[in-house]
Amino acid sequence: MKQLTRRSLSAIPVFFGITLLVFFMMNMAPATIADAAGAGEASSAAMRTALEAELGFDKPLPLRYLSWLGDLLRGDLGTSYRTGQSVSGMIAQRMGPSLLLTGTGVLAAVVLGVPLGILAAWKPGSGWKRLAGGLTLFSFSAPGFFLSLLSIDLFSVKLGWLPAAGMYSAGVSGSGSDLLRHLLLPAGVVCLGSLGNLIRQTQSALGEVLSEDYIRTARAKGLGEGAVVWKHGFRSALIPVLTTVLNHIPHFIGGSMVVERIFGWPGMGSLLFTSVNSRDYTVIMGVTVVVALAVLGMSLLMDLVYRLVDPAVTWGGVP
Amino acid sequence: MKGLLPDRRSQAGAVFLLAMLAAVLLLPLLLGQDPNLTDRGAGFWAPPGGEHLLGTDEVGRDILARLLYGGRISLLVGFASAALSALIGIPLGLLAGYKGRGWEFWIMRGCDVIQAFPNLILVLCLVSLLGPSVWNLILVMGGFGWPSIARLVYGSTLAVKGRAYVEAARALGASDGEILLRTILPNVVAPVWASLPMKVGRAILWESSLSFLGVGLRTPQASWGNLMNGALELATLTGRPWAWVPPGLCIVGTVLALLLVGEGLRKGLNPRRA
Repeated sequence: MKQLTRRSLSAIPVFFGITLLVFFMMNMAPATIADAAGAGEASSAAMRTALEAELGFDKPLPLRYLSWLGDLLRGDLGTSYRTGQSVSGMIAQRMGPSLLLTGTGVLAAVVLGVPLGILAAWKPGSGWKRLAGGLTLFSFSAPGFFLSLLSIDLFSVKLGWLPAAGMYSAGVSGSGSDLLRHLLLPAGVVCLGSLGNLIRQTQSALGEVLSEDYIRTARAKGLGEGAVVWKHGFRSALIPVLTTVLNHIPHFIGGSMVVERIFGWPGMGSLLFTSVNSRDYTVIMGVTVVVALAVLGMSLLMDLVYRLVDPAVTWGGVP
Repeated sequence: MKGLLPDRRSQAGAVFLLAMLAAVLLLPLLLGQDPNLTDRGAGFWAPPGGEHLLGTDEVGRDILARLLYGGRISLLVGFASAALSALIGIPLGLLAGYKGRGWEFWIMRGCDVIQAFPNLILVLCLVSLLGPSVWNLILVMGGFGWPSIARLVYGSTLAVKGRAYVEAARALGASDGEILLRTILPNVVAPVWASLPMKVGRAILWESSLSFLGVGLRTPQASWGNLMNGALELATLTGRPWAWVPPGLCIVGTVLALLLVGEGLRKGLNPRRA
């Protein structure tokens, strides 16, 4: 229990680190924010000072950080310079589609990658291992945007099977099968992007377990191969696989953002890229801080669950 | 070479990398095409053939020349940012592992903070603030890529620092700095070397993703990513594959070769290898 508290407490400096870093980045931008808000008209020095006062830039830095942090904890991320809407509202609107896309893609990768990793570790001399190795290399080296272009060119343009952009066809908003058709290509690219990590982690975790003494004992006492691999091997390998999947979530999110942009998927990635192009810094920083805090929360939760499930895990040392 | 890269695959990767390097450095001299010059005679989107082996782009510039000059930039960004990450990550990992206490706590929390951000988002944010130049990209990707290297070095340093030879060095009167540099460093860098090719590959992928989407390097500065930018238009995507497929293949090939070299190094540098 004491150790549980200690692990939770160690997340506090990380929380402040994340928020400070984002706050610092936001403060690299004030001049441009005032410029962007006054863009189009000749923004005089007086207008600028007024605007900066309105945005709170005349107060000392630590005070501004604290008031920003207070707003953040209340769920207020400010308003967009481009649309005037509240940033948290904009993010909430985009969260669902992003989770749907990343979730489907990563789930598909789990369904494909974990069995492949198991087969590759179990039968090192077989074609499965070569297939797993090839797919891993492909997944690591092919950029998502190139795969997106190739798949649009092939499946949407040449074959005409699947739509290339958006979430729904015009006028049929809300239909499940239409959504699925739109989801297939981008989720496929996200799946290919995360597949390599999953295969490799499953393969190495199970491979390590299968070389342990107790596996040799299980085999020696005449247990069937299937029982050895599934009951003894896979169970012990499951936790490391799970943690690595969760540890790679930031990586998956980054990858699906690029895919969102190309397929015009209305998620947080598209929002982020639009905001970068229009220098809408409150939205950029809002998306960034929300994603980073979600990752922090998830890794903390995972660590706690991990340590509750597996009593053999030691608490010290592990970062 | 045989010792460091024990298998065929990694040797092939190394050969491919050297060939790519030679191509982007030397071929432009042989071809003599200016990557930023509009050829009025050939016009826009000239198909491959004749004077322009890969045709011309939307403003009549030679695509092959841009591919080669873009390759210089993409490779430079990849290698320089991985080198910068190593330069920051190795000392921090050594300090965290060797000194322990406050050093360990703050350096590792720094890793946690940076690794909570999806890399691409962090790079995108900072590049949007600093401006998209080659050096800013290197600075940002290198400056925030160190945690994975620091963690590697930290882990090996923890494992090594209790060994007898470290105690022996201390008993002989070596200072902390000498122990770190002469005794511990040589014993912990092998996994870093093996992980660096992967880091180079990642940096190339990020740079090209951002440049492709128009938020990284921008024309007239050519890079493999922004050369493919035209493929966002349907006419180029379907009608002019020679404009966007070659840079895509260059990226895939280079990153693949880097991965194979990394795998080879992992085996070759492991002293316990059979």
